[in-house]
Amino acid sequence: MDFITDHILTWVTFLPLLGSLLIWTVFRRDTIARLVALGVALADFVLSLHLWFHYEPGRGDDQFIERVPWLLNGQISYHLGMDGISLVLAVLTTFLGPLVILSTWKAVKDRVPDFLGFVLFLQTAMLGTFFARDMLLFYVFWEAMLIPMYFIIGVWGGQRRIYAAVKFFIFTMVGSVFMLVGILYLYFQAGSMDLADFLAVELARGPQLWLFAAFILAFAIKVPVFPLHTWLPDAHVEAPTAGSVILAGVLLKMGTYGMVRFAMPLFPEGVAAFAPLMSILAVIGIIYGALVAMVQPDVKKLVAYSSVSHLGFVVLGLFSLTPAGVAGGVFQMLAHGLSTGALFLLVGVVYERRHTREIAEFGGLAHEMPAYATVFMIATLASIGLPGLAGFVGEFMILFGTFGSETLPHARLLTVLAATGVVLGAIYMLWMYQRVFLGKLSNEKNKGLGDLSLREFVVLVPLVVFMFWLGVRPGLVLDKIEASIERTLAPVMAPAVDNHAPQGSHALGDGADGGPVFVVRDPEKDGMNQ
Amino acid sequence: MESHANEILLRWIVLVPLLGAAANGLLNRRLPKQVSGLLACGAVGVSFALSIVVFLRLAGMPVAERFLSDTVTTWIGFGRLQVDLAFALDPLNAVMALVVTGVGFLIHVYSLGYMAHDAGFQRFFAYLNLFIFAMMTLVLGENLLMLFVGWEGVGLCSYLLISFWFNDEANAAAGKKAFIVNRIGDFGFLLGMFLIGVTVLPHLGAGEGLLSFRVLQHHAGALAPAATAICLLLFLGATGKSAQIPLFIWLPDAMAGPTPVSALIHAATMVTAGVYMVARMNFLFVLSPAAMNVVAIVGAATAIFAATIALTQNDIKKVLAYSTVSQLGYMMLACGVGAFAVGIFHVMTHAFFKALLFLGSGSVIHAMSNEQDMRVMGGLRKKLPVTWWTFLVGTLALAGIFPLAGFFSKDEILWKAFSSGNQVLWAIGFVAAGLTAFYMMRLLVLTFFGENRASPEVKHHIHESPLTMTLPLVVLAVLSLVGGWVGIPHFMGGGAHFEQWLEPVFAGGHHVVEAAHGAADAAHGAAADAVHHDTTMEWILAGASLAWGILGLLLGWLVYARRLGVAEGARRLAGGFPYRLLEHKYYVDEAYEATFIRPGYRLSKTVLWKWIDAGLIDGILVNGSALVVAVVGSVVRLFQNGMVRFYAWSITVGVTVFVLYLCFSG
Amino acid sequence: MEVTLTHYLVLATLLFLTGMTGFVVRRNAIVMLMCVELMLCAVNIVFVAFSRLHGDGGGHVFVLMNFAVAAAEAAIGLAILVEIFRRRRTVDVDDLKALME
Repeated sequence: MDFITDHILTWVTFLPLLGSLLIWTVFRRDTIARLVALGVALADFVLSLHLWFHYEPGRGDDQFIERVPWLLNGQISYHLGMDGISLVLAVLTTFLGPLVILSTWKAVKDRVPDFLGFVLFLQTAMLGTFFARDMLLFYVFWEAMLIPMYFIIGVWGGQRRIYAAVKFFIFTMVGSVFMLVGILYLYFQAGSMDLADFLAVELARGPQLWLFAAFILAFAIKVPVFPLHTWLPDAHVEAPTAGSVILAGVLLKMGTYGMVRFAMPLFPEGVAAFAPLMSILAVIGIIYGALVAMVQPDVKKLVAYSSVSHLGFVVLGLFSLTPAGVAGGVFQMLAHGLSTGALFLLVGVVYERRHTREIAEFGGLAHEMPAYATVFMIATLASIGLPGLAGFVGEFMILFGTFGSETLPHARLLTVLAATGVVLGAIYMLWMYQRVFLGKLSNEKNKGLGDLSLREFVVLVPLVVFMFWLGVRPGLVLDKIEASIERTLAPVMAPAVDNHAPQGSHALGDGADGGPVFVVRDPEKDGMNQ
Repeated sequence: MESHANEILLRWIVLVPLLGAAANGLLNRRLPKQVSGLLACGAVGVSFALSIVVFLRLAGMPVAERFLSDTVTTWIGFGRLQVDLAFALDPLNAVMALVVTGVGFLIHVYSLGYMAHDAGFQRFFAYLNLFIFAMMTLVLGENLLMLFVGWEGVGLCSYLLISFWFNDEANAAAGKKAFIVNRIGDFGFLLGMFLIGVTVLPHLGAGEGLLSFRVLQHHAGALAPAATAICLLLFLGATGKSAQIPLFIWLPDAMAGPTPVSALIHAATMVTAGVYMVARMNFLFVLSPAAMNVVAIVGAATAIFAATIALTQNDIKKVLAYSTVSQLGYMMLACGVGAFAVGIFHVMTHAFFKALLFLGSGSVIHAMSNEQDMRVMGGLRKKLPVTWWTFLVGTLALAGIFPLAGFFSKDEILWKAFSSGNQVLWAIGFVAAGLTAFYMMRLLVLTFFGENRASPEVKHHIHESPLTMTLPLVVLAVLSLVGGWVGIPHFMGGGAHFEQWLEPVFAGGHHVVEAAHGAADAAHGAAADAVHHDTTMEWILAGASLAWGILGLLLGWLVYARRLGVAEGARRLAGGFPYRLLEHKYYVDEAYEATFIRPGYRLSKTVLWKWIDAGLIDGILVNGSALVVAVVGSVVRLFQNGMVRFYAWSITVGVTVFVLYLCFSG
Repeated sequence: MEVTLTHYLVLATLLFLTGMTGFVVRRNAIVMLMCVELMLCAVNIVFVAFSRLHGDGGGHVFVLMNFAVAAAEAAIGLAILVEIFRRRRTVDVDDLKALME
């Protein structure tokens, strides 16, 4: 086992890729390919549990570090590491993996091995993005995510799949290119591609603003932040169920993860300058996403727009620059992954049976599919943030953090506006639920639809369990991320309110008001996990 | 900490109903109805028994120390943001716990009969148990966030139970409306919590939970500057849950649920959560006279507003629903004038008699083959003797007739309003009390007197309800009769035990005021004492309100039983408009529909989605830039004609020109 | 007569112009491919000539590489042409406009 645990991050990251290569080349029979894919995804989840249980949350630094010189005399290296923030998102990814594969069991019928290979390939790219601590490596993984997703939408999608796939690809590409320029600029300043060296670079205000803008554009498109969101509804509607689940569950979080990991700690001045704008866009996204979701005739599009609204909460929390707000943001990423992932899976279930997602086609489904209706209700409630389910904790902490933010102008007004999203969320979700599930079973075509099959139960139950679990015991996640958030965002975050003195606008590591001093990480010294 | 066992009991009061709900919910139809019903009733029964145990334990403690707490674990723990998953018991929520589990138990038993033939029997009991779980979380929660958990939980159960018969889309819509209107209130509640949290955070000592009631009370001084804003925000939450103006619109629609639900959730327990919350936060409300005034005014306005609507409704449950709204207004009025204990007293007595009335109406509806329109009822007195007698007790209690429960609590509220100097509010409450008596007599006459106006088929089926339904009626009737005696005021020679019991909870609020305002206003205290000793005025007002109640009943009797045609005459005289206005509930629903709902929908659909999203962002910006690329491309593509020899020529010419340029440019 | 650099260059130029003219004016794809070979050959001569002049082996290396490229190009090009001929029954480049789209 040592040879696995010594390079655990590499194993977790590349095991799915190995699986996809095997499926592409050797296991070309549909059933075998499915079983192999499921087995690989499960094995990867088990491996990631090793990370979960052996990660030491108290330190909050990068752990399980692997570093091998790669190019240009080691200026560019294969450098993986993992802190609490990466941990929870990576485990979310590996957790969703088997469920996604299981959900495609019947939904995907042609080119099964190709499809599963792409799903696993995507898995590797996503995990690599969370673990990469070298900027070039990060960029490689980041771009690698596009390829499988492009094919998943473009080949296995719906009617307008090519349009959606190209739109998705170009949108993301446009942002990434600017980020690449930013990375190169920093590389020539730092003399290395290592994230730690990037963090150590001292930049003047001007470049910081430009670089922050370049980075944030890439991330904001991925999130997506209003008004860069229009690729999302198209991509979701056209993507097959599995694609939507991965997209909503993990891919969108790449944007917010990138903000926490790179854009914010690297450019404190940029954060200070752009935080007001970002938080306003976030609030617009919350309300706008909810209102537009309300009037959608297509269930899947409704859920897609609800993602715009939910991710708006996450961005708002991050730019509140308070510990509670940022932690709430990270927590909300998980909660949204669970609830929206479940919702997309559920939409897929009914789509498989009826081949339509028009709300008007349904009504009274609860008569035919009571178990399905129940699970859908739970996912709906988790999505609208009912206490006891995961969504509430995230929203509460985000709003609480934002309300108390001392760096954000008009923080309280923003919170009030954002909190209307809580009301609007209930409106659009429950209205949709009413039209789809309640009332008489009026449409003849809906008679005789089978309730959830055992396989569908197996897919959905883990999600439901974790919705409750995280809702009741958020400490499970909060404990893991607390130290990491403090450490990662030390350059930008106002120090915890221990003293009553008013905080300076930004404790840029001067430590004068008792704030933490800018922490430069030395991966050689700290966090070498034995 | 010798009483550890008792403290652990607190969590079981909450958890046992949850277990019942889980059993019923997960096994559902696999559970035989008898087992299901027994489980559900048993779970609530256990909860009730445990509540009695801890109540007695609390009563056995010295007055100043009456407090039990049970911390299960940390719920949200992040830096300074520490919120415990904890329960606590003090005199205030001990009363609430008894009422909720006690009345809840009776209604569970009643539902055994009422829902016996329903296909969703198990689902119903799962929801009902879930409701008790949520309500007990609300009541026993040790901090504001736990209260909020229960608050949202009861909202969910309310939603589920209103739309229980979801085959009719109207029921589903009513459930959704209830949830959403409540969410609007919760929006205020949430912001109130944030304001509290942010204000108090810098003052917290180590290990103090952020939103714990005790901690907040301790730091009330620090909260004083923000008290008005906090209280108004919290009160917005209360107007949602307790159906006050302007968010009362959901409650009448909520009658779409099964009648036991209306009795339990929409009369006896859940809707009083807002009152409980205001009482629970009394130490903050007393810091803000402005907020208190708002509470009192909204309460009084709701009381009269809803009472007038109740005059004209024909659906037996709708009358009771508006009556509930009106009574909740009284409770708020009490809180608003600072008489929190009296407000809670009315919560308790109202729980008894309104649950009784609803269950009675359920018995009537059951007998009438699910008919709810009073215009086709009548003459049920003989056929449903138990229902009739118990209903009569409930009506008299609600009308405030001595010595029934409602008399003491309502009279006390009016007296407190009067003695606190709010004579106008008193007058409003007084008028509403007369209206209450009037519309209740109307209901009684239309339902139980005269000839039965139903179709022969329905008439044939009329029968008294089974024992499981009548027994709770009798018990509640007894409670409605004697329930008020625990709070007989001093001037009548009673001990005002109820007020004394709650004294430790609300005295805290007064201390806070004193602390916040520096020196206590001694003169004011003396004046209050003086009023206390002069009982003449109290006697006069009590007599007046009793007489006024009897007059209301009498008028109702004359108009509807003796057919004086006054109602018809009044309707004609006023051109029918005022009557129609009342019949249509002042067109409030229509107003909201026209001002918020439809414009909001159109704005979202047309402006935001079609114009901004599809038109501006996607159409012009995204696809526009794609169009520019396409146009440029279509010009450039002229050169790409697919003729290989054309390409060869181009290359040749190009290279030649390039070489010549190099040669001659020097 | 001594063969000088100029001779080589003149030969290479003539060869190159022959190839270029043929490439531009002929329509038969096979002939065009052969013309490409002629141009490559001309380039090779220039490489060898200068290599000899400077006494540097680099030119020879390039020539060897050019051979490889030319061989690969001819192989792939002819294979494509055979395939095109099978499908279209023609190797007239004016009839082949698939590159346009």
